[in-house]
Amino acid sequence: MSRSDDPAHGLKGHEAPSRLQAFLASDIVYSWKRQPVVIVASLVTLLMFAGAVFAPWIAPQNPFDPRQLHLIDAFTPPLTTSELTGNFYLLGSDGQGRDVFSAILYGSRISLLVGFASVLFALVLGTTLGLVAGFRGGWRDALLMRIADIQLTFPSILMALLIFGVIRGFLPRSLHAEAAIIVLIIAIGLSDWVQFARAVRGTTMVEKNKEYVQAARVIGLPDVRILFQHILPNVLRPVLVIATIGLALAIIAEATLSFLGVGMPPTQPSLGTLIRVGQDYMFSGEWWILLFPGLALLMLALSVNLLGDWLRDVLNPKLR
Amino acid sequence: MSSTPSSDKPNSTNRTEDRQSASSEGPILSVRHLRVEFPVRHANLVALDDVSFDIAPGEVLGVVGESGAGKSMIGNAVIRLLEPPGRIASGEIHLAGRRIDNLPEDDFVRLRGRHIGMIFQDPLTSLNPLFSIGDQLVETIRTHLPLNEKQARALALDLLAEVGIPAPETRFDSYPHQLSGGMRQRVVIVLALAAQPQLIIADEPTTALDVSVQAQILGLLKRLCAGRGAAVMLITHDMGVIAENADRVAVMYAGRLIEIGPVNEVIHRPRHPYTEGLMAAIPRLDGRRERLYQIEGAMPRLAAIPSGCAFHPRCPHAAERCRRERPELIPSGDSLTACWLHDPEAPVVRRQPQGGERVVLVSSTPRPAGEVLVKAIDLVRHFDVSKPWINRVLERTGRVTLKAVDGVSLVIRRGETLSLVGESGCGKSTLARLIVGLYDLTRGRLFYAGEEITDLARRSGRRAAAVRKRFQMIFQDPYASLNPLWRVGAIIGEPLRYFRPEMSDVDRRRRVGKLLEQVGLSAADALRYPHEFSGGQRQRISIARALANEPEFLVCDEPTSALDVSVQAQILNLMKDLQQQYGLTYLFISHDMAVVKHMADRIAVMYLGRIVEVAASDRLFATAYHPYSRMLLDAVPSLEGTGKRRTMIEGEVPNPIHPPSGCAFHPRCPHAFDRCRREVPVLTIRSEGSEVACHAVAEGRIV
Repeated sequence: MSRSDDPAHGLKGHEAPSRLQAFLASDIVYSWKRQPVVIVASLVTLLMFAGAVFAPWIAPQNPFDPRQLHLIDAFTPPLTTSELTGNFYLLGSDGQGRDVFSAILYGSRISLLVGFASVLFALVLGTTLGLVAGFRGGWRDALLMRIADIQLTFPSILMALLIFGVIRGFLPRSLHAEAAIIVLIIAIGLSDWVQFARAVRGTTMVEKNKEYVQAARVIGLPDVRILFQHILPNVLRPVLVIATIGLALAIIAEATLSFLGVGMPPTQPSLGTLIRVGQDYMFSGEWWILLFPGLALLMLALSVNLLGDWLRDVLNPKLR
Repeated sequence: MSSTPSSDKPNSTNRTEDRQSASSEGPILSVRHLRVEFPVRHANLVALDDVSFDIAPGEVLGVVGESGAGKSMIGNAVIRLLEPPGRIASGEIHLAGRRIDNLPEDDFVRLRGRHIGMIFQDPLTSLNPLFSIGDQLVETIRTHLPLNEKQARALALDLLAEVGIPAPETRFDSYPHQLSGGMRQRVVIVLALAAQPQLIIADEPTTALDVSVQAQILGLLKRLCAGRGAAVMLITHDMGVIAENADRVAVMYAGRLIEIGPVNEVIHRPRHPYTEGLMAAIPRLDGRRERLYQIEGAMPRLAAIPSGCAFHPRCPHAAERCRRERPELIPSGDSLTACWLHDPEAPVVRRQPQGGERVVLVSSTPRPAGEVLVKAIDLVRHFDVSKPWINRVLERTGRVTLKAVDGVSLVIRRGETLSLVGESGCGKSTLARLIVGLYDLTRGRLFYAGEEITDLARRSGRRAAAVRKRFQMIFQDPYASLNPLWRVGAIIGEPLRYFRPEMSDVDRRRRVGKLLEQVGLSAADALRYPHEFSGGQRQRISIARALANEPEFLVCDEPTSALDVSVQAQILNLMKDLQQQYGLTYLFISHDMAVVKHMADRIAVMYLGRIVEVAASDRLFATAYHPYSRMLLDAVPSLEGTGKRRTMIEGEVPNPIHPPSGCAFHPRCPHAFDRCRREVPVLTIRSEGSEVACHAVAEGRIV
């Protein structure tokens, strides 16, 4: 065979390039480098992720620890050093003397945690159900897809509210504050699994008729093995895209729920909670309490969303 | 055709132009030094390089080449439909004496359809599914000709009648999906011809169609163009189609024109070693060769076109000069060829006898038949293609079943190759999948080496493995049959991991390496991914996987129909070698009669879910009894009778959901009579080793 005998093009010799080299030369990186918007979006995302993860080391105070709050510093405007305590408030402070900057760092921590966890939950649930529905077909498929259809007729935030209320109803009142985060994750995840299930079902139905799956069947491999070793890796591409866009949606859903007062309590504020708290002061002159958490949410959701859109476009030709 | 072969010698520019200025009529299309580039991320790919040719009025120029040769690129460049970022980098294109490659886009749009008609491969996507064919025709006609609605409609009806669409008035308001593939392609031809263009570019116009329909469409296209004096550029990979329909042939390789000449010259006295090899690699209907001539390797990718003559790495005669210097087109007899073998001053010397002569013709003596390996008794497989329950209730319709396989009995003996032939939709693939237990049987019994395996599709675990380890399947599509995310080593090793879990990783890796070497790849390829391989190499990987567990029986479902001719020869030779080496038994499915002739010991002809004739290969090709078998044989384009008119077969395969009554073939059969419409014929022994299901044969009305 005359495969490797093109000396003119064996630029880097014949050793296979390392995984890193291969990645850096890939079309994804190439496309990333050529789109300034995407570069900015990823930098913003990275910055906010870093801020959230390293909040305890970056933030000047821990807004969850009442002992660190100075009530006398309440309503300090941004970029001001308090004359009473000598603390510097980059983005001002709220009615309890909480540093808005620190609150945003800690708040986005919770927002991102809920976002990631609920997307993961929706992803696992939706992908599993989609795989089963697409692979087995028949009544399982019909049942799952009708449930999905019904769920899609409700706005997902309404669905999340409903699920949130139902789960809370089963929990003793004493657990409400501590379990809030888990309940939120389940509620948002349950309202979002349909996207994954539908995409995975469709791709599975395409993949299962491909000849490599038939080849596995001729060998006699058990269905479970075919499903998880052959089909699953091949349907993950759209899942990845949906997950990225879903992350932005989940963060917004969490913020909405918290804004409505059913999400995170004010003692453990997420970005949504901060916005809810802040809106009380909007017309009384303390605009920073609302504006900065709002901007943070906007930037986070927007940049994650832009990344998701870009990822979808890059991977799109291979979706079908 | 209207032009005599000697009247137009293209490309040696001076000579051609002299001659043309003398003759009153210049060429319709004249392409000069055309170069098409695709500037992509890593390189500037040259898709066409210095291509020059002419087409005279009324002439059919066949453009042939394997995939990646750039043959479609020529058509797309002429009609300016290059996919971005492709662009014409240099060269000129003249249509009827007028330069068109530098026309502004607005002016060029008016050429398309009006002066240049285009026919694409897929008739379904060439028509807009949302408009009736009548509307599409009238719109096209009125765009190009100054006619009113009524006149346009009348012209459209005339044209539809002319291309042989029965009852055009009733078809006028049909939508594309309501027509069969052959009918759709006729409509596409009408669309292309509606405005009476001077040039028709037909890009693989019949590749998506069955062989019987292919003959009808090509005959039609040729007749219509000749009648209108239109020049035709017929782009195809099929040498048979070229042999029958072209006046002159241009052979493409790696974006370059390597040979051009009258059809008889190119096919019977090819000048370029590539053309020579290509001709010798085609399985023939006349006589049987033990091995096909094979050109090693594959077409280079555009990113890695070799220096000098692009063919030199695969050429048996390549000399130092071929590696350094790129040959120009050199006159040789009535042809022109780009090969240093034909250099008038200092020709490169041939290394070895021509490919075609090396091949020994052998009469196929059927291998001594072993014991019965596979025995199928009255296999039936119906598919439920009903609409959902709720639609059936609302529309008051019942269940609909597709009888894909409807009562097939056959026997496959150890060591033989049984071929299954038939047009698409006749149930060949379903039958193959029934035999390997991919589909459940609706009815019937199946035995493998004496053991009943009727329930194989439902078996699981060790009980299935005991049978399944003894046979394997090779699939048609080399791109879909390998998991794209797995390394080749894991793909080939999978049967081993499953059937022989006790095997150590080291042993398995060694065995995978050996398998790769057996199929002509190297052991190091185990670490690579499928997308790094060409179609032929992937099919080798498929074969290696099928062989991994040393099966005795292989079901091959059109294993070469997605491959180019030269690669097909490699794969067929490999399969024959492996059969000899391991005493394999093949069930070999194909729609290509020449390939079947090359491979088969016995042949079963299928039509609409039933076997209509089974016979030893030699027997069938000498005297086929069933009218359908005869039709299939007649429909094969032959390289021998260039320009010969084939026996036309009317009609297409009917929809298997509503098969005709009695003998399913009766609507297309010239010998059909009353009994054929009422009674289903059964397979009866006609002569030794030959069974036919036909009333006319049974009653002695066909001999």
